[in-house]
Amino acid sequence: MSENEDFQPEIVAFCCHYCAYAAADLAGSMRLEYPTSIKIIKMPCSAKVDPLYILRALEDGADGVMVAG
Amino acid sequence: MALSAPLEASGSDTIGAVLVVGGGIAGMQASLDLADQGYKVYLVEKESAIGGKMAQLDKTFPTNDCSMCTISPKLVEVGRHPNIDILTTAEVMDISGEAGHFTARIHQRPRYVDVEKCVSCGDCIEVCPVLIPDPFNEHLVDKHAVYKQYPQAVPNAFAIQKAGVAPCRDACPAGQRAQGYIALIREGRWDDALRVIKMDNPFPGICGRICNHRCETACNRGKVDEPINIRALKRFVTDKVYENPREPVEPVEITHPDQEVAVIGAGPCGLTAAQDIIQAGYPVTVFEAMPVAGGMLRLGVPEYRLPTEIIEREVQDIIDLGVDLELNHRVDDLDRLFEEGFSAVLIAVGAHEGVKLPLPGANLDGVLINTRFLRDVRLGKYENGKAENVPPLGERVLVLGGGNVAIDCARTAVRLGKEVHLACLESRQEMPAHEWEIEGAEEEGVHIHPSQSFERILGNDDGYVRGVECAEVKSFHFDESGGLHVEKRENSRHTIPCDTVIFSVGQRAGLAFIPDDAGVGITDKQTIAINPNTLAATKEGVFAAGDSVSGTAFVIEAVASGHTVAESIIRYLQGKPLEPSPEPALPVVELSDQEIQDRLALGEIKRQPRVPMPELSVQERIDNFSEIERGYDEESARAEAARCLSCGICSECMSCVFECGKDAINHDMVAQEKTLDIGAVILAPGYQTYHAELSEEYGFGRFPNVITSIQYERLLSASGPTHGYIRRPSDDKTPHRVAFLQCVGSRDQSHDYCSAVCCMYAAKQAVMTVEHTRTETKADESRPDVECKVFFIDTRAFSKGYEEYYQRAKEKYGVEYTRCRVSEVNENPVNQNLIVRYSDPYRDNNRIMEEEFDLVILSVGMEISESVKGLGRQLGVELDDYGFCHTTLFDPLQTSQPGIFAVGPFREPKDISESVTEASGAAAKASQLISTGRHTLTVQKEYPPERDVSGEEPKLGVFVCHCGSNIGGYLDVPSVAAYAQSLPYVVHAEDNLYTCSQDTIAHIIETVKELKLNRVVVASCSPITHEPLFQDAIRQAGLNPQLFEMANIRNQCSWVHSDDWEGATEKAKTLVRMSVARATKLNPLKISEVPVNNAALIIGGGAAGMTAALNLADQGFPIHLIEREDALGGNLRRLHYLATSNGTKADPQRFLKEIVSKTRSHPLITTHLNTELRETEGFKGNFSSQLQKDGEKFWVDHGVIILATGGAEYHGDEYGYGKNPRILTQLEFEDLLAKNDPEINQDRTNDTSEHDSPLPDRVTMIQCVGPAEKYCSRICCTTAIKNALKLKEIHPQAEITILNRDIRTYGFKERIYTQARQEGVLFIHYEFDRKPEVILNGSDGNGSWKDAPPIFVRTRDPLLNTDFELSPDILVLSSPVVPSPGYKDIASTLKLSIDMNGFFMEAHVKLRPVDFAADGIFMAGLAHYPKLLDESIAQAEAASSRAALVLSQENMLTNTRVAVVDQTKCVGCLTCVRICPYDVPVISSEYNGVGQIVGAAYIEEAVCHGCGSCASECPAKAIQLKHYTDEQTNQKIDAFLAQFEVI
Repeated sequence: MSENEDFQPEIVAFCCHYCAYAAADLAGSMRLEYPTSIKIIKMPCSAKVDPLYILRALEDGADGVMVAG
Repeated sequence: MALSAPLEASGSDTIGAVLVVGGGIAGMQASLDLADQGYKVYLVEKESAIGGKMAQLDKTFPTNDCSMCTISPKLVEVGRHPNIDILTTAEVMDISGEAGHFTARIHQRPRYVDVEKCVSCGDCIEVCPVLIPDPFNEHLVDKHAVYKQYPQAVPNAFAIQKAGVAPCRDACPAGQRAQGYIALIREGRWDDALRVIKMDNPFPGICGRICNHRCETACNRGKVDEPINIRALKRFVTDKVYENPREPVEPVEITHPDQEVAVIGAGPCGLTAAQDIIQAGYPVTVFEAMPVAGGMLRLGVPEYRLPTEIIEREVQDIIDLGVDLELNHRVDDLDRLFEEGFSAVLIAVGAHEGVKLPLPGANLDGVLINTRFLRDVRLGKYENGKAENVPPLGERVLVLGGGNVAIDCARTAVRLGKEVHLACLESRQEMPAHEWEIEGAEEEGVHIHPSQSFERILGNDDGYVRGVECAEVKSFHFDESGGLHVEKRENSRHTIPCDTVIFSVGQRAGLAFIPDDAGVGITDKQTIAINPNTLAATKEGVFAAGDSVSGTAFVIEAVASGHTVAESIIRYLQGKPLEPSPEPALPVVELSDQEIQDRLALGEIKRQPRVPMPELSVQERIDNFSEIERGYDEESARAEAARCLSCGICSECMSCVFECGKDAINHDMVAQEKTLDIGAVILAPGYQTYHAELSEEYGFGRFPNVITSIQYERLLSASGPTHGYIRRPSDDKTPHRVAFLQCVGSRDQSHDYCSAVCCMYAAKQAVMTVEHTRTETKADESRPDVECKVFFIDTRAFSKGYEEYYQRAKEKYGVEYTRCRVSEVNENPVNQNLIVRYSDPYRDNNRIMEEEFDLVILSVGMEISESVKGLGRQLGVELDDYGFCHTTLFDPLQTSQPGIFAVGPFREPKDISESVTEASGAAAKASQLISTGRHTLTVQKEYPPERDVSGEEPKLGVFVCHCGSNIGGYLDVPSVAAYAQSLPYVVHAEDNLYTCSQDTIAHIIETVKELKLNRVVVASCSPITHEPLFQDAIRQAGLNPQLFEMANIRNQCSWVHSDDWEGATEKAKTLVRMSVARATKLNPLKISEVPVNNAALIIGGGAAGMTAALNLADQGFPIHLIEREDALGGNLRRLHYLATSNGTKADPQRFLKEIVSKTRSHPLITTHLNTELRETEGFKGNFSSQLQKDGEKFWVDHGVIILATGGAEYHGDEYGYGKNPRILTQLEFEDLLAKNDPEINQDRTNDTSEHDSPLPDRVTMIQCVGPAEKYCSRICCTTAIKNALKLKEIHPQAEITILNRDIRTYGFKERIYTQARQEGVLFIHYEFDRKPEVILNGSDGNGSWKDAPPIFVRTRDPLLNTDFELSPDILVLSSPVVPSPGYKDIASTLKLSIDMNGFFMEAHVKLRPVDFAADGIFMAGLAHYPKLLDESIAQAEAASSRAALVLSQENMLTNTRVAVVDQTKCVGCLTCVRICPYDVPVISSEYNGVGQIVGAAYIEEAVCHGCGSCASECPAKAIQLKHYTDEQTNQKIDAFLAQFEVI
């Protein structure tokens, strides 16, 4: 991890279509703010998040992975 | 009680549509059930969005699920359903016709926002200046007049709230939106405020000074203290804006150059009309006789009231639009104008000709006329004390007249340095001039001589005036023809000396230019004759307006008249009828004294007089023409504006209209009346919470930290006003001691019922309070940083999982329960804490206690609102005294009107799951009635054939949306589109203002066809709301809908990164890149159809099973009803009495006979007695079950299963049961009662001596026996009281004692509890740690109780704190309902889950209460949980509705996004079988796995839910989820971090 204070970790968030993804939409409706380095990938269910996806994201260079559902 | 006959609609052609009233969760569920079963549904909701109370809640008990999370998929489903028409802001006016054929009239209030156009971006909210308390947030915060109830609202569109026309606007002749610009002033938006004023009035600076402001007279604020100083505020706006250099006005485009209009007179009326006409595209020439424009404003009003520069500026704004102004041009021949080519002429010459009275001496030198005098002064002819080409003034001026113009003359003369007198006919009080003008004149030294009759003007020898001879007036009046009659005082003649006289006794129009033969009529009063509605003169093409029509009036009337005449002239030029058709007008908002008092009491209004207008002192103003009024400064203006009461709510300031990029707002919408043809009606209007301010002792409304439970829901909600952080209203501090007061508006003098939900929601709120505080303060779990205390009477935790939840609240969360009713709440004035006063009869020896809390929550009960009562009365359905809808126990959803059904709290207070159950049940009832109309009114969309894209290389189109400024305002949309164009396989990319607008959708369809695109990506808002719309579009273009992908660059990008343009743009590009990458891998998916067997298998022939069987059979579905025993009826066979809450009688045995006979005789029901289920195979729509009857096995095919296996009464050995015939269960006791009931056994008497088991004299009952110590069996309290009352009825001397932990007579059952206490039944409380003890004297299990040894029950009276002993003849044990024997076998045969008490588990406790997680299987009755007969019947009907969803389909469409197994990779490890939450995968011997080993996984796509759990768990990667394949997801992940180039 970088010591740099400006470091913005690139984060992949796998979100369940029914709950977490809808919650992320709601965060928008409520105009909450979070860093642009977080990108959300919609999943049909958090149970569909194969551990291999998480590994692949990290392998590709993601600094963190979030699974929300 | 009469049994309702099965409803049969007359004729076979019933209308296949249903009206559902109320868009809460019950109404939504009923709508979905019906629409999915092939009926058209009209869902009428009075608010602007559906969702009802559930949308306001934070969490739901007993699972702590987020209420909004569970309801929002339902909201979306209802919103999108092609066969549900949602009518919001609508109410039912009346319903006529009969069951099967109704006509409903619906009144729909205007929403002012077009739901089709609104994209819910919220731009309008940003500019709306009106704030009012927000009812959705229970008045804890404010909302704007334009609003959306909550972020997820459906319809997903804004609405505007208008109460009506504000009185200020109504009073203004020009309809000036005063409330609008006042609201904008409050916000400091001066330019916007000026824009609002100018929409109705081109002369804001002028009217801000000299208007007679009728608006202020009408202002509702006058009822509080003083009206708003509207005129001063208007002037302030112009002062602020005019400080800046005038912005040049652009000329308007002339679209009709051949139709020029001549306007005669450049006064306020003529110029207003000129403005309106030219803005409509017609050229205008204004002819003005004077050297300056402005008319009376410029030449009649003195400078000290109206500075010239203001007039010039405002006139110039009109002229610059392109109006041709001809000054010094007196029109002297009207007809010539038409000859010159004008298409229409407007006469607006004003009333500039002053009048002299015909007095002797009126023509002497020094006698002047008002208009001429004022005009000459204004034109500078009296400047510097000289008089150029005008009559000189003497030193002593006498003005004759008492009107405003007379005062103007007098005060002008003062400024010219003269001694001024004013004489008038009227008394001082009756002078027509404004009082403030008269006072101003007096202050400046004008001598007023009221009540004078002018006799003659006296001259001196040179022919100059020297005085006026007057007489004093006693009284005067005008006769009908306008003649003046004056009664003078005798001998009162006197002379007022003067050397100048100015007549100011009236003005009139100069109409000499109108030739006598012109055809333009003139009235006796020297005004032009016109049609008052259109202002058309008697000659075609000639119009007249302003003072020349009305006589002298105020400037605002001239403006109003100018607008009206312009509209007429435009209509004339367009060849339309001059008189427009009338439009319905909104009512004027009059605040009643009561409303004002209420708002004062709630602190919404504080008394505050108006901010005074600063003025020049008399010394400063007397010798010059400087403006007297100095105008407000910014601070004063805002303070004054803040006093406005916003009467109309929406002020029609039009800011939203200007801001809306979609043109979605229309303030001219009017109410609509719709007529609907329907076959049935379901009433689900819901409840309102009790108005807690009525319980004054608790201080709600007086103490800010006393709030209601529903307010607390909003405080707990993450989308509520505090974002879920608990903050008390007075100081925003986190409370550490919270009290919950139960039964506020329930179980009291004015509510004889229990609201059924408050105990549980209070427990939940207490638990959530602890959870929230713990999270926030990171407090130790064992010592939470908050204490919650509930003050209650009984805890009614009576339903599935409730008792366990209640125990957990106490044990795990430390919620303290105190059994008492709080007598009073007071406020500690120091810290605004609340002091709760109570006495706990079970502790502290009944001492009065006082305890201090930070926050008090009142658990308010349910009531029926006046409007719902009105609806019930209108429809003629029977209501009780509280407005609840009356229904019967055997047909609980049927109102007293055939074809009209009622559900939810409208019937009786109840919670969400029961409301949902009833909603489905009512849908089944409606369907039963109108099943012949099924599929007759529903629509199915036609599409072109799908294009085969297999083998094509990906060709992508990308459409990037600006969403007005919602995306485009925060990131660089064109550069995102340009970037998309650069990505591989993208052949087309573009940006659109609104991608979802109809024209863009049509454009996408065309583009797909034209460029032969085979994948489409839209980058815009959220797929949750918009994906179906775009998928439908590409389907219309011939593409499979799965070839679509969305990038969420609004909700998840522009809206959350609004302060980072660069970052947001980059992120949008990344999101588009990810979507494009995935899209290249998308495949078309086929929907397959599976035929459905339309028979149902119903297991259990009790009341629930038979009800479901009859309902479905009446809908035409064949039924196999299997019953293990040798007779139908189940537990119903043992019921003799039912508890009714309204004193009526219900005979369950008669009901049993009827329902059995109906079941046995129904041609579609096959009853299998002595039959059990052996095994079942297949899936939803295609089951096959093996049954066994008397050892014989056989198979039946069916599409669904309804499980109604019932329950049994617990028979354990607690309290000596089975050891003495004196100890009975409630069912056994009911039998005993029936045997001794003369009504049932008319041949027997209740003479106890005559038979073996006579009625006992002393009865003790013990509640909560055995398993009921763990779960509440729900029916026992009601049953015990029912039996106690029956015993009292047939044997009034009987003494009955009921030993109980809580009496849980929820809802209307409370009434029998009250009745029992009134009839002397004794209730004694006990706790589990000190249970009653039964003392047996020997054991004797047989025979009559009479002959058995006596028994004793020892217990403790907690009130007296003493032990005592009862010696009952009979001890009745309220044994709970337990699952019926064999429940485990059924569960294992059908692979169903059961809970820890053995009851079957529903798919979702709140929203899917009769469904199993396994598709196609439903349940009803005691198998689900203990319940009363009417509840079982309603649930059976609900199960029927859910079953009919399957049975009514000819073919079932399979889900497309399903898991598929590649059997060649499968090793048969069972991982998928074990992981699937729906038990779908099986290892099938029909398939061979790896190495051709027999047996591999098989997933039936008809029942796969598509969650993908199996696919991610499969160790061999043999399973893929279609549309979410590993390849597709990996592609997306890679495209996030790596640049996506080669695929």
